[in-house]
This record gives sequence, C-alpha cells and structure tokens, in this order.
Amino acid sequence: MSFTIIKVPATARRGEIIEVRATIAHPMETGFRPGDDGRVLPRDIIQHFSCHYNNELIFSAELFSALAANPLIAFHTIATETGTLRFQWVGDKGFRHSESVALQVT
Amino acid sequence: MIRCQVIQPHRLFLAIACWVAVAAVAQTDTRRSGFEFMRPDTQAMQRDDTLNPGMLWVRQGEKLWQQATASGAKSCAGCHADASSSMHGVAARYPAWDERTQGPLNLAQRINQCRQNHQQTQPWRLESQELLALESFVGYQSRGMPLAPQASTRLQPHLDNGQRLFQQRMGQLNLSCAQCHDQNAGRHLGGNVIPQAHPTGYPIYRLEWQAVGSLQRRLRNCMNGVRAEPYAMGARELVELELYLAVRARGMPVETPGIRP
Repeated sequence: MSFTIIKVPATARRGEIIEVRATIAHPMETGFRPGDDGRVLPRDIIQHFSCHYNNELIFSAELFSALAANPLIAFHTIATETGTLRFQWVGDKGFRHSESVALQVT
Repeated sequence: MIRCQVIQPHRLFLAIACWVAVAAVAQTDTRRSGFEFMRPDTQAMQRDDTLNPGMLWVRQGEKLWQQATASGAKSCAGCHADASSSMHGVAARYPAWDERTQGPLNLAQRINQCRQNHQQTQPWRLESQELLALESFVGYQSRGMPLAPQASTRLQPHLDNGQRLFQQRMGQLNLSCAQCHDQNAGRHLGGNVIPQAHPTGYPIYRLEWQAVGSLQRRLRNCMNGVRAEPYAMGARELVELELYLAVRARGMPVETPGIRP
C-alpha cells in the first residue's frame, strides 16, 4: 500500500492537450548509502512507471538510483475519448502499485 | 446631481489615526516566514498541492484518522468526527498546557497521549511515519490560520525557559539560536539563506531529508550543526523551545505541510 497524488483534469475537450501528474510515496533507497550500522542499505527503488489510457500505453519511464524519494512524473497527452487512465509503478522487493483515474471527454 | 459629503473633523482625524496605526504595524512587523527566503521554484512546490510531496503524509494521516486501532478502540474520527471542523485551528494552538503531565505538550505528544489514554494502544515512536502523517493531517486543518499559542500563567515559566534556551550559546561553535536567526537572518551561512526560524510549516517536507520531519528533528539538526549534544527527542527543553518559537511567530499563518530546502 502506497500513497499517491494524481492530477488529471476531470473533463477535457476532444483533442485537448492535458497535463498529467503522478507522485508516489516511495523512499527510492539508492543502494549506495550506508545505514546506521555502517552496512550498505539494499537498493529499494521504483524501476518502472507506466500509464495506460484505455488500455493503450501512452507513457512509460525507467527509473534509476539517482532519482529523489517520492518521485513526481508529469507529462502531456491528448484527450481522445472518455475512459480511464491507469498508472502503474513497479519496483524492487516486489513493489507494485496501480491507480486508475476517470477522464470525461466532451 | 453631485452628492457632497462633509467629513466631520473628528471622523477625519480618527480615520487618519487608524491608517497611521495600521501602516505602523505593517512596517514594524519585520517577521518573514521561511517560505519567503526560498527560491521561486521551491515556493511553487509548496503552493501547489499536486506538487507538494508533504500531501502524501496528509493523505496517509487522513486514512489513519478513519482507521480503528488494533486494540479495537474507536478511531480518531470515532470521537472527533470530521477533522475539517473538529481540528480546525487546533494545531495553531500547540504546544499547549497538559494537566496530566503538568507541562507543555506538542501536537505529536498530544496525539500519542490520546492513543494511550483513550484508544488504549501503544504510542507511536516519535518521528515515526504514522505519527508524522497524523500530525501533518491535523496540522493541515489549520492551514492559513494565524498561530495562536495560548497565553497562560502556567505556561509562562516554560516559555521563559524556551526563550532562555533560544538565547543561550551552545556547542563547540558556541552559538545561540538567536545569533543566527535574530541577528543574522537573511544573510548567508555557506550557500544557504538563514531564515528567521518561524515554525509556520511544521511538520515540513524538507528537500534535504526527502521526507517529512518534525520541528524537534529540525531543532536537533541545528544543535548538531553547532556541535552541541542535542536534547533527546520529546525532551521538555525541546517542547519549551517550540513554545517560545510559536509565541515568537504568533499571528503568522500556518503553512502545513510546508516545503523547505
């Protein structure tokens, strides 16, 4: 269970360019830092982010150790039809989180 | 038709006197939130809730507010109902006097006390994710409200002690809080601007921490910075310092969850 902040306009005109923002709570532990006991903390990052618009992949990203914690990913897309945007984050230690947001196109 | 109004001399005098008084207050209040010392991009991060990662903690706190405890006791909402009305302005009044411990308590300690005494469950570790989340959620309900710590004779000795600590030199660098944050605020320490140290945005999301942290964490940070041995988390001295800072920033609006570099 992770917490997210997703910003997608509730409604858009057909053909309108919309901005999508998705933030997820994640420590993004790099795998290079020593912990309190001096031993290197195992890497724990999100490796892959994807966004499907009505089951069609519209955006994906590979993430690496250099990213800060709680990564914010923002991109633009064109509102084509009413439907849902499905966001998915996949990472180390079996991390997997998805969220869906409805978009009304008029 | 032209309407003409004759202003009576005493009214006019009153109006001018009021205007002068307001202008004087605006001019004499030189207090500035740490927000104003930040770069425009960091400010933008705090202004927009969809950019502010502190809102992740507020989200989690909102869930914890509704959640029943493992002991089967009522959730926070079970007693306090809707936080947007019941917690409105509450965080702005902390640290506050506590009858049970006969001393000042900060918001995190109050939440833990409520957990122990009313929910019959274990208190959260200070600075734990859950406690910071619930503290952020409660603090968020006071956003925009002026800081209004209660004035009371019982709190006065603690307030005096907080002020004394603020002005007391400490650590190998032999610096007091006041030497930086009163006397040199606005100037630079290394690459950073020294803010005036007003606790308006706590718990804050600090970019350096990449997480939300409490005012006590920040105070301990500063004590480490001057090579002093910091007081333990939850220590009475830190709460007294928090109390003094709250009184010093009285009237300034709450920004929780604030962003700081």
